Amino acid sequence: MSEYIYTITKKESLADSIFLMDIKAPRVARNCYPGQFVIVKMDEKGERIPLTICDYDRENETVTIVFQAIGTSTKRMAEFNEGEAFRDFTGPLGHRSELIDMPSEELEKRKILFVAGGVGAAPVYPQVKWMKDHGYDVDCIIGARNKELIILEDRIKQCVSNLYITTDDGSYGMKGNVNDCIKELVNNQGKEYDLVIAIGPMIMMKFVCILTKELGIKTIVSMNPIMVDGTGMCGACRLTVGNEIKFACVDGPEFDGHLVNFDEAMKRAQMYRSEEGKKQLKAMEGHTHHHSGCECHEEK
Amino acid sequence: MGGQNRMDVLKRVPVKEQDPKVRAGNFDEVCLGYDLEEAKDEASRCIQCKNPKCVDGCPVAIDIPGFIREVEQGNIEEAFHIINKYSALPAVCGRVCPQEIQCEARCIRGIKGEPISIGKLERFVADWARENKIKPEAPMEKNGRKVAVIGAGPAGLTCAGDLAKMGYDVTIFEALHEPGGVLVYGIPEFRLPKDSVVKAEIDNVKSLGVKIETNVIIGKSITIDELMEEEGFEAVFIGSGAGLPKFMGIPGENANGVFSANEYLTRSNLMKAFDENYDTPIIAGKKVAVVGGGNVAMDAARTALRLGAKVYIIYRRSEAELPARVEEVHHAKEEGVIFKLLTNPKEILVDENGWVSGMRCVEMELGEPDESGRRRPVEKEGSDFNIELDTVIMALGTSPNPLISSTTKGLKTNNHRCIYADKETGMTSREGVFAGGDAVTGAATVILAMGAGKTAAKGIDDYLRSK
Repeated sequence: MSEYIYTITKKESLADSIFLMDIKAPRVARNCYPGQFVIVKMDEKGERIPLTICDYDRENETVTIVFQAIGTSTKRMAEFNEGEAFRDFTGPLGHRSELIDMPSEELEKRKILFVAGGVGAAPVYPQVKWMKDHGYDVDCIIGARNKELIILEDRIKQCVSNLYITTDDGSYGMKGNVNDCIKELVNNQGKEYDLVIAIGPMIMMKFVCILTKELGIKTIVSMNPIMVDGTGMCGACRLTVGNEIKFACVDGPEFDGHLVNFDEAMKRAQMYRSEEGKKQLKAMEGHTHHHSGCECHEEK
Repeated sequence: MGGQNRMDVLKRVPVKEQDPKVRAGNFDEVCLGYDLEEAKDEASRCIQCKNPKCVDGCPVAIDIPGFIREVEQGNIEEAFHIINKYSALPAVCGRVCPQEIQCEARCIRGIKGEPISIGKLERFVADWARENKIKPEAPMEKNGRKVAVIGAGPAGLTCAGDLAKMGYDVTIFEALHEPGGVLVYGIPEFRLPKDSVVKAEIDNVKSLGVKIETNVIIGKSITIDELMEEEGFEAVFIGSGAGLPKFMGIPGENANGVFSANEYLTRSNLMKAFDENYDTPIIAGKKVAVVGGGNVAMDAARTALRLGAKVYIIYRRSEAELPARVEEVHHAKEEGVIFKLLTNPKEILVDENGWVSGMRCVEMELGEPDESGRRRPVEKEGSDFNIELDTVIMALGTSPNPLISSTTKGLKTNNHRCIYADKETGMTSREGVFAGGDAVTGAATVILAMGAGKTAAKGIDDYLRSK
């Protein structure tokens, strides 16, 4: 372990099986922006796992990642502790959020609503933080299945004018999903948004896009398909956007959500599910030291 | 054993290979190489031409008769040092160079009989040196001038090795987590063993003083301008390869079970998905079609075969036009890959769950030669037919990644996104920035990239001396 250089300087449990880690990675920390992602390979046998950047500290040269330990690889990642190190940590990859390159007079006029679903709160956080740091007001919805799975609430709250929480089971905030909340804000509370940035599970982004299309609000989504290299080499992450094939890694990961073919993307995300199942079965039958699966495509 | 008197000088000393039936089920190397006696016998066939044509056929101009003479006399260490003056990667080149169209094609022995097995001899020398822990000769004194090399593939490793030998302080920046480029992500284990061969040759380059920093994506982690302005590099060589896969643009191509050869091979080679001790999965497939006829297509087909699939190669021209090396085609056939030539895919058929269920193809015939000089394939009307499949691998070639050209000021590219570089010096349109290999030419061979890396090393040396 000692020869690895990407040291975990902080580990925090955000919820049951959701972890935050600060990783020492000077080159990434110096040059990354909200909207971009990194690839983590925890050790020799690990997969290359893409994770959207949650925060960065240029001075301390650290990058913050958040992940949910639901597959074998991420469960294995969760076993790493402060002071230990990952074998590889590459980035920043993909384009930064287009907000960062928007002229300030346009940003001032924009009425922006962020929609974060589940672990999607992690990639939303650096964007609302950047907006706050540059003096722009935004609203944000965080939605999750239940209260336990609402993460980064305090940090996001400090960066936004209004924060709305929804849970499917009503255990916290409004009962319902993020779309119920968007409808409530737009139809009943008279909110007028002209840009929605929705990041979360693909199924959530799909339904947010259906709603915002009806409402006529431009919507940006961050796609998280299966990837291998993350630099444009493998084409595993290809998506149909409009009538074109795009690679999420180099053309995205953010796209105009109204143009994304979510049904195809969701089918593609299932591609290795059965492979993982097979491998896990094998592992249970007695292949020790065998970790399997691919959760590059799990919800952010 | 052996001895010149007992052999037919017109014929090569045959090289041992794993039995096709056995090797179709494993990832061990196919060709087992010569032993010392066999190598000496084969070397004794060389007539030591005064004006050796084979050297002209080598993109890095190795003194071929020189090293072969040493092999014949049993001085393998000396043979290694001769090769190493010209090539940093002899164990790789002895395996993957297309010798049959380069050095061996010009061999005078080849006029009446079979040419000398130059590639197999090169491989023997490099393998022997590695097994006997012979390292390349140490570089001369350091001059302290910093040069950055982008990409640790064949072009970058060669350029870095040559510059280090001249005394430069060289750092290679590699985007992936392992150095080697196409040698680690593209070419399979059964053709080019990773740990024993590739890693050992990269270690040799490192032993010359070359530093390799992995996980750095030039254009993202840092730009070329920053390397030169902030990190003190006086010159930069771009050897970033041609990594972007092409697709056909036919219906069904985004179905589950359709992969680029790059993805399939990267999973198997770089991520070692064929080894179940590694986490990365690969979909083996039961009935696999590989579309394309180059070396990459053969590699993908033979990988799928080893993972247990029935494999077809789908190629739109005839056998004579297959761009792959004859040896690779021969090996693929021996192992049981089925060649469907003069066949072109029109549509990938998809089942109700979004998975590949087959492919609709059309038969082709060859018409007039096109701009490449090869006869243009044309569809035979009404000849459509379907093949039942669960996996399709597209091996249609690759193009350079625009990451670097789009983030470096003043770097000229052509309309295929290839970086412009002067043929004599390797210098790009940007002063102090050089380029070579697939990033310049589009997808080509390991040895051509090495030749370009060599040219650029000399170009960089001339440039920095005159600066």
